[in-house]
Amino acid sequence: MSDSQAPLETLPRSLKILLGAGLLALAAFPFVGTDYYVQMVTRMMILAIFAMSLDLLQGVTGLVSLGHAAYFGVAGYVLAFLTPPGEPVSLWWTLPAAVGASALLALVIGFLVVRTHGIYFIMVTMAFAQMVFYVFFDNKALGGSDGIYINFKPEAILFDLENKKVFYFFTLALMVLVYGFLRRLLWSPFGRALAGIRVNEHRMRALGYGTFSHKLAAFSLAGALAGLAGFLWGAQSGYVNPELMGFHMSAHVIMMVILGGMGNFAGAIVGAFSFEYLLHVFKDLPAVGSFNLGKHWQLWMGLFIVALVILAPRGILGLFDSLLKGKAQHHD
Amino acid sequence: MDFVNFLIQLLNSVQYGLLLFMLAAGLTLIFGIMGVVNLAHGSFYMLGAYLAWSLAAMTQSFTLAIILGTLLSVLFGLLLEWLLFRHFYKRDHLDQVLLTFGLIYVFEETRSILWGDDVHGVNIPNVLSASIPLTETLSYPVYRLFMSGVCLLLALGLYLLISKTRLGMKIRAGAFNHEMTEALGVNIKLIHALVFAMGVGLATIAGMVAAPVSSVYPNMGSQVLIMCFVVVVIGGIGSVKGALIAALLVGLVDTFGKVLLPQVAGMLVYVLMAIVLLYKPEGLFKN
Amino acid sequence: MTTSTSRRLVLTRSAALVGAASSSLLLTEFAQAQSSKIRVGLMLPYSGAFAPLGVAIENGVRMAINEQGGKLGGREIEWFKVDDESDPSKGIENANKLVQRDKVDVLIGTVHSGVQMGIQKVARDSGVLSLIPNAGVHAATRSLCAPNVFRTSFSNSQPTLALGQAMVAKGHKKAVWITWKYAAGDEAFEGFKESYTKAGGTIVKELGLPFPNVEFQALLTEIAALKPDAVACFFAGPSGAKFMKDFAAAGLKGKIALYGSGFLTEGVLEAAGPAADGVMTTLHYSDSLETPRNKAFRLEYAKTFKMQPDVYAVQGYDTGLLLIQGANAVKGDLSKKPELYKAMEGAVIDSPRGKWTMSKSHNPVQDIYLRVAEKGENKVIGVASKALADSGAGCRMG
Repeated sequence: MSDSQAPLETLPRSLKILLGAGLLALAAFPFVGTDYYVQMVTRMMILAIFAMSLDLLQGVTGLVSLGHAAYFGVAGYVLAFLTPPGEPVSLWWTLPAAVGASALLALVIGFLVVRTHGIYFIMVTMAFAQMVFYVFFDNKALGGSDGIYINFKPEAILFDLENKKVFYFFTLALMVLVYGFLRRLLWSPFGRALAGIRVNEHRMRALGYGTFSHKLAAFSLAGALAGLAGFLWGAQSGYVNPELMGFHMSAHVIMMVILGGMGNFAGAIVGAFSFEYLLHVFKDLPAVGSFNLGKHWQLWMGLFIVALVILAPRGILGLFDSLLKGKAQHHD
Repeated sequence: MDFVNFLIQLLNSVQYGLLLFMLAAGLTLIFGIMGVVNLAHGSFYMLGAYLAWSLAAMTQSFTLAIILGTLLSVLFGLLLEWLLFRHFYKRDHLDQVLLTFGLIYVFEETRSILWGDDVHGVNIPNVLSASIPLTETLSYPVYRLFMSGVCLLLALGLYLLISKTRLGMKIRAGAFNHEMTEALGVNIKLIHALVFAMGVGLATIAGMVAAPVSSVYPNMGSQVLIMCFVVVVIGGIGSVKGALIAALLVGLVDTFGKVLLPQVAGMLVYVLMAIVLLYKPEGLFKN
Repeated sequence: MTTSTSRRLVLTRSAALVGAASSSLLLTEFAQAQSSKIRVGLMLPYSGAFAPLGVAIENGVRMAINEQGGKLGGREIEWFKVDDESDPSKGIENANKLVQRDKVDVLIGTVHSGVQMGIQKVARDSGVLSLIPNAGVHAATRSLCAPNVFRTSFSNSQPTLALGQAMVAKGHKKAVWITWKYAAGDEAFEGFKESYTKAGGTIVKELGLPFPNVEFQALLTEIAALKPDAVACFFAGPSGAKFMKDFAAAGLKGKIALYGSGFLTEGVLEAAGPAADGVMTTLHYSDSLETPRNKAFRLEYAKTFKMQPDVYAVQGYDTGLLLIQGANAVKGDLSKKPELYKAMEGAVIDSPRGKWTMSKSHNPVQDIYLRVAEKGENKVIGVASKALADSGAGCRMG
């Protein structure tokens, strides 16, 4: 994640082929997997959307936010408040409402926060997310520490979201859409400006760009997309609680983005899937003698993260890229 | 709230604020001088509490436990700096965030393996276990006065160290311009190691001293970490004076908030931070 | 420029990796062959502040089943365990691990009321037999009750419903209430408010702090300023010990009487020391119950697990007893749901706490004891409330 190394903005062809294969596998999965695993993969896709939203902020614009989960959680809560206990609510207006709420929150907080730089930005984003966390945690009216249940998935009329396979494909479609949108954005003038800000903000300002407004726009857009993921999460799990906006959630999504490789959105998807899968593997480790390896999954996760930072700072896709380049030099 | 009560709550705020200061001072020094953001700082606090509990049980003496604990933690800090942190001073803040977040997990689980997951109490040494009657119903525990005393002493010591000694001068010079300081013959690596160990030591002592009052339990580090960050942001990164004033402010807002406005008590401190940032985006005192 | 050989190598190697990862996801499900064993799932806190409670509950369950030969209705048992970490945000996910992935026949869990709500959702959606060995959240046997959900512990307001009268009887008519601000605390207050005001008491103020905060100093100062006759509270686990110690250190002990829902003094009297002496609590169990049943249970538990049982162990034990009665009635065929539920509804549990039965909404109808803490023991000084049932308000069953 050092600024000196350019992120993988252009994906080499081999990686593109791999990703395409991955997409096909995803499309086929619900027909071979059980309900439990279909739900798990749906969850991974929702987190992939969340990770992509952070990638826009972190990988492209270079703003490290330790409080991105606030916008994720708020959207889930909006769905919870809008869904009555006895019946479902329509997808078609609650989805935009939730995304809009997250965008608005991101705009307000962004306005206060984007004026800070470097370490201040990191800490201040974390602190504001904590504030949002406490607003929900401390108030029974907002559900308090026990959270709120969403008893019915939103109604889409054209298709039935209560059906797990339908929900899966709905999420898959949204994930692909978000990916396409963000890749177009990356190469648009706005996206290029954001990348320029990441590399050298002073120079961009000297060139006449309004960096504050650009950063604020990126912050709000990232918040809105995080809200999309949060809405889906609330709809799928049927439950929201303040932890969704907590510090751990924000830190996890940062790790997903870094694990995959920043700045190209495909890495965010790969990172989300790998991170969730790793968590699953670590938690299910068997006991060796009397030492339960699975119980201490946090230790393996922590060591893995430390190793990642030291050995593979450009993430999984970065590793692939180095492997390919390395092989090339070898053969030439 | 009558006047006596107000004074007592003020005393409570100061005690809490001073404890926060111990943690924030270490964090802000490490930030300010080495430019490292350390999310695992709260883990040192937890380490201190667990050390206090296990060492006090082993040696049957709270004083001995504190002395031993401080020594052990300073050694640990030196080891950690040499092994890991030293290589991250020049790295991106993002790398540091990631590394230290991973460390939180590692420390938390190691604690779980070494000391288990139960909640423990630490007994206040008999000589400090009395309470001073303040009103007809309320007494103030002597131990809390002791805690404030320890924090004040350490704060004074820190101030004297940084502003009145040669070592302090070198530390300040290193923060200002470390290439030049190094060129002038100062062993900057040693300075960094000492500052890091000092930060770890302060946090651990805070944990040890607070253990009888806060109990010893899993995850105690993360709760205090966030408060610590808020204090550093409000006070200004790198400024120990700022950390002190901010810590006392936070103590005031938190304590009176809990009593006067319990509905919003949790977020009051963040509102305070937001207000400070609106007028001073880099904290109250710049380094 | 990459050559075709190296590109192919990377592609094939990564495809193999992805293939291995996805097939491992599918293989686990193929491995679950049809077996004649009953699958029992335990969802309990095995880490964090409530870990000792989880261990005690599991011990109790296993002891009850082993006493009857280690089988349920003649069938062998296959155990599955999930650590819920007392984390409500992962409640549904963890419950689904047992219900959807491991396909358990009965789910026993859990301690934390917030996590229980997640289990409740999964239990209602899937119809799996769900036995609650601790969490007292009202909704589980009120508005969200279900024929397949049974509780063997208590509802959060049961202990405090018995407290009000006892306090007023001792002349303590003005009280301050303090607890954590979460479902269990709120519901305990509900019981206290109802019983205390009905008996003629006045609640001077209601204080709360966020769960699981134990920084009581500011609120203790507030209590001293209010000068009530008594303080009533709900805290569970070692935080209870801390509260009693802080209460004494603030000089309030002896000047203001301290009462609590019994969890305040469960399992923590040694840690609390003399600060706990004289604290009166109400609970559906006490270590010092002088009945032959309780004495035999405590002896056997201490022999088997080398530690003293507490109310959580008793609740786990009773869960085992309930499951055995149900399984025996259907000769081990848990798919015979109507007969199974009928057997459990009509069960009489010969518990160390005393005999109890199920209410219509599947919560225990039981005696609540008044106890005073003395020298490390909760001495029973009377029955605060006989055969107390939870209201079951809003339950649409039976």
